[in-house]
Amino acid sequence: MTTPDPRGPVLEVEGLRKTFGDVVAVAGVDLTLHAGGALAVVGESGSGKTTVARMIVGLERPAAGRITACGRDRSRPARSARERRRRGGEVQIVFQDPYSSLDPRQSPASAVEEVLRLHTSLDAAGRRGRVAELAGLVGLDERQMAAAPSRLSGGQRQRVAIARALAAEPRVLILDESVAALDVSIQAQVLNVLADVRERTGVAYLFISHDLAVVRQVTDDVVVMRGGAIVERGPTARVLDAPAHPYTRLLRESVPRPGWRPARRALRTGQDDELKESR
Amino acid sequence: MNASLLDVEGLTVFLPVEGEERPVLRDVSLSIAAGEAVGLVGESGSGKSMTARAIVRLLPPGARTEGVIRYRGEDVGSLRGAALRALRTDVAMVFQDPRAHVNPVRTVGDFLTEGLRTHRRLSRRAAEERAVRVLDEVGIAAGARRLRQYPHELSGGLLQRVMIAAALLAEPRLLLADEPTTALDVTTQAEVMALLDELRRERELALLFITHDLELAAAVCDRTAVMYAGRVMEVRASALLHDDPLHPYTAALAAARPSLARRADRLPATPGRPLSAFEAPPGCAFGPRCAHARDACHERRPELLPLAGGQAACARAEELRGLLRDRNGKPVVSHDHA
Repeated sequence: MTTPDPRGPVLEVEGLRKTFGDVVAVAGVDLTLHAGGALAVVGESGSGKTTVARMIVGLERPAAGRITACGRDRSRPARSARERRRRGGEVQIVFQDPYSSLDPRQSPASAVEEVLRLHTSLDAAGRRGRVAELAGLVGLDERQMAAAPSRLSGGQRQRVAIARALAAEPRVLILDESVAALDVSIQAQVLNVLADVRERTGVAYLFISHDLAVVRQVTDDVVVMRGGAIVERGPTARVLDAPAHPYTRLLRESVPRPGWRPARRALRTGQDDELKESR
Repeated sequence: MNASLLDVEGLTVFLPVEGEERPVLRDVSLSIAAGEAVGLVGESGSGKSMTARAIVRLLPPGARTEGVIRYRGEDVGSLRGAALRALRTDVAMVFQDPRAHVNPVRTVGDFLTEGLRTHRRLSRRAAEERAVRVLDEVGIAAGARRLRQYPHELSGGLLQRVMIAAALLAEPRLLLADEPTTALDVTTQAEVMALLDELRRERELALLFITHDLELAAAVCDRTAVMYAGRVMEVRASALLHDDPLHPYTAALAAARPSLARRADRLPATPGRPLSAFEAPPGCAFGPRCAHARDACHERRPELLPLAGGQAACARAEELRGLLRDRNGKPVVSHDHA
């Protein structure tokens, strides 16, 4: 087995497709995420962005297409526990809802330690040290790491989820609307933590979000999805400053900002509503 | 300015939690003139939703209230029976999650016409005609067909417009909109906001718009009140809130939000987390997180006082005016848009 090139792609998705009954959720998506990079997948509900993330981590089975992480194919379900564990060490995911992603009876320290036991060969003392390191990286203190999750705020829980994901030492961290449910002042703290983590660990982010301002803060590149397909892609700054696709322009114009006046859009909602109703 | 439609004076609300009384609102004062749009902005636990619920007397059971709420001169706390029902017709509410406030097994038509038929004694046909007209007003075409549909057949944005139509059917003077677009996609949010703004102007409807988003409030509201830990920290013309905030909390809130126009090296994040009213220390509630706090701030709670055409509850508001900048000495992040 060869070690993948440190600057090459850590995640490649080609012609990815998923259908639920007659509904095409993802219609041929291509993505490349480089080591240490940050790629945003932007879209509204029903765009297919979360389904793409779920296929990459193996929670949904693609109808067609190829997913390659760290040079290894993961388009089909893992055949063994060992294979599943190896995949877990390559790609980890943090979900949106910090209130349902932690076991209420398990302390953050124990949750992180459990992942270390599965994914590393550290002994008990080594694991304790690593738990403290990861807690420091996401800005949690010892008391918080020992507390019951119910005693922690949404922002603190989300940091626990990030620390737990990083414990597996993944090359890719998928963040699926991971800061969307947080209060503005807490969101800013977590966004700063994400910047630190990427700088210090070199982990790459696949950042799923509907929030263009947050996407600008976190990512280098972006793909814009609509109705299961990518309508625009490029460097985040270019796509947001000079969007080429009408839908990207519409998304950008819809973001509230100083002096913004909401407008009834030219592009009618009708299409999307009809789409939903036809199910 | 017109005489006040709504006057909230020194509103304090306690809720029973595990056998003890906990404050959720502390000395909230706020007024809305007829036809005026006021924003109520805050993070979770700030008390913005509780304020709206107190106005229409929809607080949870066991709540104890101090202070006075006057609607068109009448003390809301003293209303009973028919008078209370009349208040709840005149003051309509739209909530964040439309699906949680509609009966999933009744049609849109039943939902929209129930009030007209039982309270106003309109015939089914007359009620349905009115409902179709209002649906058209909120931008929903083919109203007659929609009346026969069930909530699950409509998208979130469409259903929220049905909720707004339901609120309008009662012909209210004041609309309390509690995060009405938070659960919607951004493009749908822009549509619903444009609609609310239009309807409000056409109908001379007063609006209390509750949100966590300063810019969203600024887009449709004349004035905005910023709440923190169950208190009003600042009231200001919405247009000035971003560039000339009076309270350090408002400035911190504006700066923490990333900009669409540029990436910040680091976001000026306020340490700690937003507090609820019952956790707030005796002095300024924002004191423990404030970069500008002095010893005196932790000792005495500042009152909401008039300043520069607005109001601020900050002991240092006057001297800090124009200096509310982040720790690096840079102005509060300005969001320029070409």
